[in-house]
Amino acid sequence: MDKKLYCISAIFDKVDDITRAAKELTESEFKFFDIHTPYPVHGLSNKMKLKPSTLGYIALVLGLSGAALALLFMYYTKTLNYPQNIGGKPTFALPAFIPIAFEVTVLLASVGTVLAMLFIYFKFPNNSHPLQDTDFMKQVSLDKYGAIIEAKDPKFDESKVKEFFEKLGATKITPIYYDPEELGFKAKIFAPKFMLLLSIVAILTVGISYFLLNKWKQIPPRNWMWEQPRVNVQSKSTFFDDGFGMRTPVAGTVARGHQPYLFMGMNDSAALNLVNPVLLNEYNLRKGKEHYNTFCSPCHGYFGEGDSRLNNQFPNPPSLHSDKLRKWTDGQLYHVITNGQNIMPSYAPQLEPIERWQIVNYIRALQRALNAREEDFNE
Amino acid sequence: MAIDYTQEAPVVEGKYSFKEISEIISKPMEVFPDKKYFIALGISLAMFGIGIFCWILTFVYGVGKWGSNVPVGWGFDITNFVFWIGIGHAGTLISAILFLFRQRWRTGIARFAEAMTIFAVINAAVFPLFHVGRPWLGYWLFPYPNNYELWVNFTSPLIWDVFAVSTYFIVSLVFWYIGLIPDFASLRDRTKNKIKKVIYSIFSLGWRFSHRHWHNYEMIYLILAGFATPLVLSVHTIVSFDFAVSVIPGWHTTIFPPYFVAGAVFSGFAMVQNVLIFIRKIFNMEHIITIDTLEKMNKIIIVTGSMVGYAYGMEFFIAWYSGNPPELFAFLNRAFGDYSWAYWIMVSCNVIFPQLFWIKKIRRHIVFMFIIGVLVNVGMWFERFVIVVTSLSRDFLPSSWDYFTPTLVDLGILLGSFGLFFTLIILFTKTLPVVSIAEVKAVLDYAQPSHHEEVKNG
Repeated sequence: MDKKLYCISAIFDKVDDITRAAKELTESEFKFFDIHTPYPVHGLSNKMKLKPSTLGYIALVLGLSGAALALLFMYYTKTLNYPQNIGGKPTFALPAFIPIAFEVTVLLASVGTVLAMLFIYFKFPNNSHPLQDTDFMKQVSLDKYGAIIEAKDPKFDESKVKEFFEKLGATKITPIYYDPEELGFKAKIFAPKFMLLLSIVAILTVGISYFLLNKWKQIPPRNWMWEQPRVNVQSKSTFFDDGFGMRTPVAGTVARGHQPYLFMGMNDSAALNLVNPVLLNEYNLRKGKEHYNTFCSPCHGYFGEGDSRLNNQFPNPPSLHSDKLRKWTDGQLYHVITNGQNIMPSYAPQLEPIERWQIVNYIRALQRALNAREEDFNE
Repeated sequence: MAIDYTQEAPVVEGKYSFKEISEIISKPMEVFPDKKYFIALGISLAMFGIGIFCWILTFVYGVGKWGSNVPVGWGFDITNFVFWIGIGHAGTLISAILFLFRQRWRTGIARFAEAMTIFAVINAAVFPLFHVGRPWLGYWLFPYPNNYELWVNFTSPLIWDVFAVSTYFIVSLVFWYIGLIPDFASLRDRTKNKIKKVIYSIFSLGWRFSHRHWHNYEMIYLILAGFATPLVLSVHTIVSFDFAVSVIPGWHTTIFPPYFVAGAVFSGFAMVQNVLIFIRKIFNMEHIITIDTLEKMNKIIIVTGSMVGYAYGMEFFIAWYSGNPPELFAFLNRAFGDYSWAYWIMVSCNVIFPQLFWIKKIRRHIVFMFIIGVLVNVGMWFERFVIVVTSLSRDFLPSSWDYFTPTLVDLGILLGSFGLFFTLIILFTKTLPVVSIAEVKAVLDYAQPSHHEEVKNG
């Protein structure tokens, strides 16, 4: 096995020695050196001429983005996605959103900066570093101070480095080697052991999620009130003696808003004097057209000419443009829609009174369109 | 006993080498626990077991097992929640605020206090989870995209609480872990046990004591302390908003945030002091967690205790000065109504007994300070009880006034929460270093470079 030299390490006993060594190393020709101490030693950063840590800027950026994200998210949910009126206050009254914005700022800034330091600055986890598990590391983690000069330094020369450390008063100087094969070890993704592990993890995940979502969730008391007494559609109720879930209304009950039609079953002349309550305006005509096209046009045709679309499955009605119908009052037209005539059934169950009047207005417009007067063309 | 307060007491008493410090601190993790340890663990596990049994009863049958009922809808659950969150505050105060103030005496106790913070917050978080009634739906408290297309109400103090407590827990845990990394590395290099070595290696992340790392590490410690300081103040402020933002007389007061924070630090310090008295004795750490450190903690207890006492007085003054009859009634009812027994326990334990710490002999006497510390925690638990229960039991509708009586399940859960707390602490003392090895080494007399050289070099 070929072992490569990683560095020459030196152990110092006194803290004053290591500060002096740090100063000398910084001023020396070596660039790739490091100091190891069991605890942070004051003033070493100055001696090593380290630049102030940039972690503060990362914390600033993360903190500001945390605040902005939190506020934007809350603004989106409370104002755009699902606005709620709480005590008549504006949907986004800032003071009430400060606490959460603050907490998210702190959370993102502190956790993010820590992760950045550990994984980006330090490139941790790094348990396979050549220094790990050496006597040197055992000493600097306990009570000694250490310095190393790495072999990759362009000015590195074993004897020169040793001499340099001796001059600084190092008590122990040892070279540290590493095995490049061990460091270059690459895990194989398709190794059978790893595939086995993956499949076990997959089966366990699927099994546990299936159990939790489909079985565990339905064991009382977690059954979300699914089981509770209620009336099921088309089934017998045990709550009332007669077995019905619904109660029949008291005789003579009138539905809310219902107005009985007085001339039901009479001749159209009975409704001669009914007054059309619907204004002749654009809205009512549009509504009338909608209802006419839905309910009347299949037999009467889109323009009231009696051109049925039913292919003689139902007898064609007469045209709405006859002289007789032109001379009818609104009341008579309304009566026929409400009451029906000959084989035309009553449309009262399908249409509200107001909708029937809107249809009457639309029929009037159709009649006028096929029998226009001189003044209609003036505009 | 003449103590010269003009000179700062050394953090660590006596002459210790770095090696001895490492040995003392890592000894509990290296020797097999003795019989006493298992007896202590057994007792706390038994308490925890009772708690678990009561939690299961609550889980299956619902919160009807508790004494909470109209009008006292917040009973022991919220009392315990506020109590435990308060206990946690001492840890962050010691690790963050005292760090910013460069109080070197914090090094001996910071690690332990931070661990206590985490255990207390775990304890506290369980109560609101069960308080919501269906704990298996606790995740509804967080805003997540769901098929109901609903969001949580971000303007509610209860949701602020969710964010504050979870942020507090995560940041405390990160802060604690960052402090532990160099110690994991020390333990990794000390241990001869293979399995332990793997575990320590994983958690140390490969820390190698490089000064280039220490340089950034000290910065992150400062940044985290800077964030944790406003965070810890915000957490109990927001907990107090749960009460202060409502309209119940006795809750709706502006003094609540500072009063709650002071009370939290007060009870937290008493708890840290109590547990440390045992730890330093059992693990022979009397020279690292010194009597001077405990004395300084007692001084903080007297300061915060006096602040709490001031708040009690000021509440009464404002109740009278505001001229608001329901407010005045609420406070007179506290002091002289059905719950006056609880009120006077609270006043005597929180305001009167801690004042004994003005006497130096009591302040430095282990037995006395332990008893006063216990009384402070009893008093602070009753403070939360008085605030929660007396205000609710006499609400705006006299016909529904009622007297709150806890059920056995309530008491079992309270016992169980102490069981959980002490179980975690006992396990902690044997698995992780209770004192920061690297930090204590750094504050030894000879740890930092002497400045002779610099003077010489100009």
